[in-house]
Amino acid sequence: MTARTVRGAAGAALATALITGVTACANPSGPARPADSAVVGIATEPQTLSPLLGYGKDGNSKIFDGLLTHDADMKLRPALAEALPEVSADGRTYTYRLRQGVKFSDGEPFTAADVEFTYRTILDPATNNASKTELDAIESVTAQGPDRVVFTLKYPYAPFAERTVLPIAPQHVAGKQDVNGGGFGTRPVGTGPYVLTGWSKGEKISFRANPSYWGGEPAVKKFTMAVIKDDDVRATRLRSGELDAAVLPPNLAEGFAGDRTRRTFAAKTFDYRNVTLPTQHPVTGDPAVRQALDVAVDRATMVDKLLDGAGKAAYGPVPTDSPWFTPGTERAYDLGRAKRILDDAGWKPGEDGVRVKDGVRASFPLWYTTGDKIRQDHALAFASDARKAGVEVTTEAGTWEVIEPRMKTDAVLAGGGSPADPDFDQYLLLTSSLAGDGFNNMARYDNPVVDRALTDARRSGDPAVRKAAYDTVQRELVKNPGYVFLTHIDHLYVVNDRWDGPGTQVEPHDHGLGSGPWWNVEHWKPKQK
Amino acid sequence: MARMAGRRTLFAAPVLLLVTFGVFAVAALSPFDPVKAYAGTAGLTASQAELDQLRANLGVDRPFTARWWDWLTSALTGDLGISAVLRQPVADVIAGRVGWSAMLACCAFVAALLPATVLGVLAARRRGGLLDRAATALAYVLEAAPAFWLGLLAVWLFAVRLGALPSGGLTDAAADTVTAGQVAPHLVLPVLVLALSQLPWFYLYVRQGVADALEEDPVRGARARGLSERRVLLGHALRSGMLPVLTLIGSRVPELITGALLVETVFSWPGIAAATVQAATSVDFPLLAALTVLATAAVLAGNLLSDLLYGLADPRVGFDG
Repeated sequence: MTARTVRGAAGAALATALITGVTACANPSGPARPADSAVVGIATEPQTLSPLLGYGKDGNSKIFDGLLTHDADMKLRPALAEALPEVSADGRTYTYRLRQGVKFSDGEPFTAADVEFTYRTILDPATNNASKTELDAIESVTAQGPDRVVFTLKYPYAPFAERTVLPIAPQHVAGKQDVNGGGFGTRPVGTGPYVLTGWSKGEKISFRANPSYWGGEPAVKKFTMAVIKDDDVRATRLRSGELDAAVLPPNLAEGFAGDRTRRTFAAKTFDYRNVTLPTQHPVTGDPAVRQALDVAVDRATMVDKLLDGAGKAAYGPVPTDSPWFTPGTERAYDLGRAKRILDDAGWKPGEDGVRVKDGVRASFPLWYTTGDKIRQDHALAFASDARKAGVEVTTEAGTWEVIEPRMKTDAVLAGGGSPADPDFDQYLLLTSSLAGDGFNNMARYDNPVVDRALTDARRSGDPAVRKAAYDTVQRELVKNPGYVFLTHIDHLYVVNDRWDGPGTQVEPHDHGLGSGPWWNVEHWKPKQK
Repeated sequence: MARMAGRRTLFAAPVLLLVTFGVFAVAALSPFDPVKAYAGTAGLTASQAELDQLRANLGVDRPFTARWWDWLTSALTGDLGISAVLRQPVADVIAGRVGWSAMLACCAFVAALLPATVLGVLAARRRGGLLDRAATALAYVLEAAPAFWLGLLAVWLFAVRLGALPSGGLTDAAADTVTAGQVAPHLVLPVLVLALSQLPWFYLYVRQGVADALEEDPVRGARARGLSERRVLLGHALRSGMLPVLTLIGSRVPELITGALLVETVFSWPGIAAATVQAATSVDFPLLAALTVLATAAVLAGNLLSDLLYGLADPRVGFDG
């Protein structure tokens, strides 16, 4: 207690000295760290580091490896598997041969039993893993000998291999603990390029290189992720030299644009913002209103003003620069056309400028999540564009608890997007049988053509068939938009220019610590001076 | 004195029982959904069947009275349960954090009490003087300023504008180990802000107490005996003027805890406050209950402490019974 007292008194004295202005030095540059150590600032931290509870399910988990992994172009590459899986002719059996001689960081060998354990535990109903729906296709997973794993699927599922980037946990450690609350979630053991050295929740996650990593020991020996929620504080700590890299919003990233010692990375994404158009609402349920709103929004201005140019106009879940995009489905901003569509459908302007049809005012509420500035901005811009066409949109803020019961009839400013495969977000977003299932298909979109195309696309192993099916979906969304897609948002990162290797993958909506230029930090090399 | 402490401890049991029941009841009425909080962003793509399974696994579909009873019986055997939101046993969560919170609170307490006493005595000596007017005005301003606002202001000034002190955390991001040299600079701003939010109360009480005491007979007597002004002030007036402050020490404990809650959040201090906020917004029953018990115990202990101090300081006050 005396030590604390002394320290407290010393602290108070120091603080007083500071108040009186003894210290007036501004922005001292931080100590220059050796280039084999990197500190990055992230905005959110995972709830757990256990893959069994969902950590790292999209890859780049640092501590673990999946059977497969994504390269810079989001192509699948073998990781703990020796090669890409063999898929049976009916598309229901996936066989993986495992890499030999891989060890967990505690020295125990990695075997097929660990793979079987990981997937079985996740699929166990008693495991509280909220992402297990993603593995819904799996009927069984079986280890055949120490180096072969066979997945049998309930139905042919073409993008299944994309799911097997999921990290593998060691059975000999995690199998002995309570999966939901055991120590594995805070003291994980994996095969990955880094080993966890400490996790101070809400503050930082620290790693050191795994010297016996099967892919070779990383050159960046010490890697730390500082959890800093506030954008301004993160930018300040980056500027002061405490951080080597950070994720930043466009307006703050701009402040580093002229900095020659730092590089800004704008990651292309599938991260869209859209407005749900509930079929159950008398106004948004009318195809004419949907079509009119779809061309009445000025997407280019939104990208320009709301995102400071860091993004793209969105015409569907697939961004325009993706190979999955269907050229010709772009919709130009055309207020005149929007008005004509509404006029032709019988929506006549009322006295206050809001259109009316059969006594129904063209008015509906639009909810956005409280405190989410990007969604709020999009909602307000959408409402103002809609008003010009004579449709009144009243924006309201609420938490998901408030919004959820209203999703059936009220519009919501939503977000999503998953780059690994179009099936991952489109199937959940548009399939009529998933209408109102949890947060899936919020708008209750119901289009038999789209349903059929989505099913064909997920079942066929033929890339040409799949591409044709997703083309159909995108063309149907032009004829009958269930959602007005507004923008795809770039994710911006600023990195000290001290390494060769930083770059970005195409990123999903939910960009956790696996996204960002440090997705491949294990391959970074210090720059020669 | 021992009897009083013992009796108070016995009395604490029903209080704690009531408080935990109240926490479960309030949490059950909360608009936040524990399943949604648990699932996070993954919940937005999960199927309804999956969310329902999660609800059943977390046991949040059961009536709160049953959950309270289960929690109580297992807590009495030493098992505080598992925190759903932190995916960690509650005992681990508390053990890893309570030390940092106690350190922050104790430092802030000292940093508030000492300057407040000095300022209070000086202000009371010359009531209406320049120091009194300035300090009292400042005290009212600080009293009205919310702690989190002071925190943000301090971050802006010392961390962002001056770059003189770290804006948050326990150590520098790159530091591997927690050393005193690392913690000390990180402790300054949170302690400063928490102390500033507590200081006005102590200052105003000391000032009032000492000023009143200066009017009393013992002081007049002391002056009549020709004792030095310094002796009168510190030996007589301060001694009796400090009595209300002793009461205040006990009753400020809850304020210190809620103040710490806000300050820890602003400075990403890895104490129990951050866990409390998370537990509350995600309706994490076991964690919330354990933290409430902890806070209640701290308040009861604070009250006991101030009563004991009072008894020791003022012979006229007995140890009730």
